[in-house]
Parts: sequence; structure tokens; C-alpha cells
Amino acid sequence: MTVAVSTPRFKANVHEALHDERLQRALRHSDNFVARRASAVERLPEFDALRDSARAIKDHTLAHLDLYLEAYERKVSESGGNVHYARDAAEANAIVLGLCRERGAKAVTKGKSMISEEIGLNAALEAAGIEAIETDLGEYIIQLRGETPSHIIAPAIHVSRDDVEADFRRAHRDLPATRDLSQPEQLLGEARAILRDKFLSADVGITGANFLVAETGSSIIVTNEGNGDLTQILPRVHVVVASLEKIVPTLADAAQLLRVLARSATGQDMSVYTTLSTGPRRPGDVDGPEEYHVVLLDNGRSAMLGSEFEDMLRCIRCGACMNHCPVYHAIGGHAYGWVYPGPMGAVLTPSLIGVAEGGQLPNASTFCGRCEEVCPMRIPLPKMMRHWREREFERHLSPIAVRSGLGVWAFFAKRPALYRLSTDLMMRAMHLIGRARGRFSWLPFVGGWTRYRDLTAPQGATFQSRWRARSGSVQ
Amino acid sequence: MNDAVKPPTRVGLFVTCLVDLMRPSVGFAAVKLLEQAGCKVVVPSQTCCGQPAYNSGDRATAKAIARQTIAAFEGCDYVVAPSGSCAGMLAAHYPELFADEPDMAVKANAFAAKCHELVSFLVDRLGVEKVSARYEGAVAYHDSCSGLREMGVKSQPRKLLESVEGLRLVEMKDAEVCCGFGGAFAVKYGELSDAIVSQKSAAVAASGADTLLAGDLGCLMNIAGKMQREGRAVKVRHVAEVLAGLTDDPPIGEGAKGAKP
Repeated sequence: MTVAVSTPRFKANVHEALHDERLQRALRHSDNFVARRASAVERLPEFDALRDSARAIKDHTLAHLDLYLEAYERKVSESGGNVHYARDAAEANAIVLGLCRERGAKAVTKGKSMISEEIGLNAALEAAGIEAIETDLGEYIIQLRGETPSHIIAPAIHVSRDDVEADFRRAHRDLPATRDLSQPEQLLGEARAILRDKFLSADVGITGANFLVAETGSSIIVTNEGNGDLTQILPRVHVVVASLEKIVPTLADAAQLLRVLARSATGQDMSVYTTLSTGPRRPGDVDGPEEYHVVLLDNGRSAMLGSEFEDMLRCIRCGACMNHCPVYHAIGGHAYGWVYPGPMGAVLTPSLIGVAEGGQLPNASTFCGRCEEVCPMRIPLPKMMRHWREREFERHLSPIAVRSGLGVWAFFAKRPALYRLSTDLMMRAMHLIGRARGRFSWLPFVGGWTRYRDLTAPQGATFQSRWRARSGSVQ
Repeated sequence: MNDAVKPPTRVGLFVTCLVDLMRPSVGFAAVKLLEQAGCKVVVPSQTCCGQPAYNSGDRATAKAIARQTIAAFEGCDYVVAPSGSCAGMLAAHYPELFADEPDMAVKANAFAAKCHELVSFLVDRLGVEKVSARYEGAVAYHDSCSGLREMGVKSQPRKLLESVEGLRLVEMKDAEVCCGFGGAFAVKYGELSDAIVSQKSAAVAASGADTLLAGDLGCLMNIAGKMQREGRAVKVRHVAEVLAGLTDDPPIGEGAKGAKP
């Protein structure tokens, strides 16, 4: 594991996030993804039908993943590229480092890639003395700040404009201190000017991939800034780092998935740039890299095939689940403690780093179901979080207090007669104590509730006891 | 949908553990509404739908309770719960629980097919168009998650509330966003739950409503508890109480009339 994990201390992370006023301010201003998606969906009456076909495409691909991977690899080779398989993060980093070293690379530019975050590629490159430059504006900002993305499509969503200005003034010291950076356009212009030089001097360009097309051996990226294109076209070597479930059979399939991707993510009909790369520059091409490599990462994904978590491999990383999640909305992405936040992270994190470390996340859900409701791939996220809870329960990983509380409750819940008598007595007693005020400010065992909220007092005898008294018999 | 069933339909009331224990008046409101619509209501001996076990990963206990519940309601034409969450458990999750046991799966599917959330049952199944009740106030309705997303409860309560004399329905912002209850979540992740319910409380307050209604007691206790802790004077009730005109009992979390806190 090359990426720091703080998921086991999730509750402490939550506490910090809730008391981080800057973060809370930023989160309150990140609302418009929801409205934009809603309006994009409304403009496309066949959206739900597209979701069905998108789901079918991925299910089919996953059922025959071995065949499509072989076909993809063959096509990449035919077009002059190379596919490298990486079992885990360490292997993937070693492959990329090897490629860079063999070519004497000093600097690499990077398009936005969550897989490179997952394997901790920047740290690996820096450790090898190779400068890694993020070229997506959001990624560039968090790289300056020494942070990780807090959202899979909007990595710097937790950062305010003021923060960015301060970061730029700190990082870009050779520019006049008196320059005006009060407008977002000025910040963008400054980043663009600085990155332009980097694009031109980089030896290797590294991008992720939104899709890998088996039919043609192409990798597809979608961006809104065009930085991905410059990253993969200008340097001598283009390296794609992608996980193996990014495969789709045909270009037509990719087009179907593209139709739900941007709408679900940002509410755009299409992202500004959709770029296909197929192998290195061919004779007669005016531009393009001399070499084209794809590093295909497994890192635990093949083990998800055939398991109750296979559906998660349909994910196309649009971020709609986190945009619509009340938990994500309250705490932002860093509190989740690893690479992937929100509902998709709550399912994926235990799959990739183990339930012992990632188990907090699938528990920290109200099961409100809004993530599944908006997921373009119809991934049953709450159901899979529940499966993680089942795995934890089977392995006795759930907290003792939860297990014993559940045990006592279950003992009564499985014995209706005893349950009726005991609950009736208990509710009558609690009613007597709480009836004047109608609620409690504190009660033992439920401090997690009464610390923040009052607890309603019961009305007295239970419904079942009153009903029996009224009807005089059991039905 | 208006394929009205021929009364007297035998409806088993799955009262839900929270209503059974905390707020029996909601159960009686449900009975009144069902009887007004021509149903014969029975209340088989019951405990809980099993969600606390199911959502804690304890499938074995959830299955034991599900078996018990399915058996208890065997003689009923319909099973109706004044809760979208518990109805969702019965209708959507019992079949899932027994997916790997063919014999029980048949029973669970048949059982699930007759389970309904109260208000949607009244409107969609029984064809109820209006109620005869009176309630003075500006009312906001919170769409509880399971009711909304698992049971399709959205327009039905609003439709019936509009027929309540004296009642003015107002929509609050983010009515479809979770209140942060989530069962054991509210206690296990109290601070996180609190952050979410604080947003809900603010949205209710901003709506100008003097009364908040919903179809799930868990959410209602969460929202009431937060608003009361914050000192906000909004009355919180289960939608069935208002629809049945049974609002003599104090609102959720309020003391008896005349009693000093």
C-alpha cells in the first residue's frame, strides 16, 4: 500500500471535517451538481433506457472480461502500442518508473487519473527523482497543496478561490507579487501559462482512461480543459494507467456509456473534450507520441468478479453517487480516508484495501438509496454496503457494543409473547418518567442520540397491549 | 391505479416496532383510516420487521424474524404498515433475504406482493381520494427515503393532505433528502447523523411550516428531537394522525397538555 489510509479513524475524520469551517463553506457551495444533473436528465427522455443499456454493456463485458482483455491487448499491439499487466499498485508503479527511467525522463505531465491516485504514482515518481506535474487545474491545485482529491471528478472541490490565490502566490514566486488574481479567469490564465511550458518540456505524458475499447485498442479520456490532449500528444511517450474494468467491447458501446457519463457527472450533454488514442504516431501523422503504453491495473478487481461485489465493476466514475449523498455532503471526501469517497468509495474501499481497514465506510450510511437512484450504471450501492456489513458480522469485526445490543434485541424480537409483555412494561415506565416533558435530554445507552437530539418519550402502554385490551382477544 | 378491492378486505396491520412502542396513536390512526376505507383490520402478534439485524449484517436473525412475520400474517389479504421503511423491508427485502432458499422464496415473494405502505395503499389500492379531517396549520411533508425510493410514496400523502380542511401544504427545500436517521446509524454515527438532521431542521424552519409530517416515525423522532433541542417550535406528527383527524395526543416529543416540562 503506497497511499496513506486513515479510514479506520473515520469517526475522528468526521469530527474534524464537521468542525472545519472552510471545508463546510466549500461544501455548501457545491450543490449545483444535483440541479445540473436533474436538468440534463430532464432534457433526455430516454435517459433511463440508456441507463439500462449502459448497464447491460458492462454486465456483458464483465461476464467475458478475459476475452475482451485479450482482444484489447491484441489491438493495442497491432497499432504499435504495448500493454503491461500490473497485479497491484507496486507493480504498476514499477512499470511506469521503468518506462520513465529507460527513457531518461526528468519530467512527466499527468492528466487527471484516479488510478494514479490509487497506486500513489506521484509519490513513486518523486521518490525516483522524476518531476510529476498535474495538468488538470483541480489536480494542479491540490498538488500544490500537498493534498489528495476530495472528489473523483472535482478533486479540489474542497478548496475555495481564496485558497487557490494564496497557493498560487506561494508557489509561483517568480511572478510579480502585485499581480491581480482576484478573478477565477486570472487564476486559470496563470495556471495555463505555467502549464504550457511544462507540456512542452515533459518527456512522458501519463493519462488515465475513461474507457478502453477492445474493438480498436483505443483509450478514451473525457476532459473539460483539454489538458489531457496536450499531456498525451506532446511528450515523446504516452503512458495510460487504467484499471482492467475500463474495457468496453466496441466504439458504439463507448458512445452509449458517454451519453450517460457527463450527464450524470456534471450535467453536461458531453464533456468538452472526448479524446481517443490508438497507438503511437503513425507515419504521416502530424503529431502524437512515439511510444504508446497501457498499464492495466488489477489491484483486487479480478477478485470482485463473480462475488457479490461484481456490480461495482460497472462503475464509470461519474461521481453522481457522492454528489447526491447526505454523508458526503456533510463531510466531503477526505474524511473517507483513502482514495475513493462517497457511496462508490464505501463499497470499493473495503474491496481494495480489505474490510478490516475499510469497514467503517459501508457502515456509515443511512441507506437513503439516493446514490442507487441516480447511478447511471444502476449499481445497487446500499445493497453492497449491506453485504460488507454481513462480511464484518460473519468475521466478528463489528463492535462488541453493537453485537451485544443486537443480541439482546434479537432475543426479544424472536419471542413475540415475551416481547409484548416486556416492551409494554418498559414503555409504561418510560412514559411515567418522561410524560411531563414528552422527551428526554439524556438516557443511558443512547448517548449517540441524546448528545445531539432530544429523545421522544413513549405514550405509555404499547399499541399491541392497547389493541388487545380494546378487542379483548388475539386475532 | 384504481383496481379497488372488494371490501371487507382483511388487512393485517404491521404496526412497526417504533409505533407499537413509542407512539400507539399512529397505529390507531392507521386503523381508523383503513376501517373508514372499508377494510377489516386485524393485528397479529408481531415484533419488528428485522431491519436492525438486516442492516447490521446479521442475516440469520433477520431471516428468523422474517419467517415469524410471514407466518403471523398468513391469513391476511394485505399487510399494511404506517412506515415506508418497514413496508420496504417486507416488500423489497424479504424476497432478497430468501433468494437462496427456494421454498421460502416463494412464500416471501407472495408475502411481499401483499405488503404496502399505509398512505399509498389507501390511495393506490383502495382508491381513497380524500379524507374527512380538519387540521389548522401550514404543513410541510418530508419524503422519508425508503417510502419514496422503495415504495413510491410521493404524491399520495400530498393528495390526501390537500383534502384536510384548514391545512395548507408548503414544500420545503430538499424534501427528498435524507434526515440522517438511518436506524442504528443515528446512534453509531451520532455526530454525522446530527450534521445531516441539522440541515433538515433548517429546511423545515425555512419553509415557514408550523407542522412537519412524514410517514416514518424514525425520521420524525429524529427531526423532532433535533428541532426541540434547537428550541424550534414546530409540531411534528405522523401523517396518519392528521389524515385520521386524531391529533388530541401531543405532537411527537411534546409533553401532555398543561403539564410542566
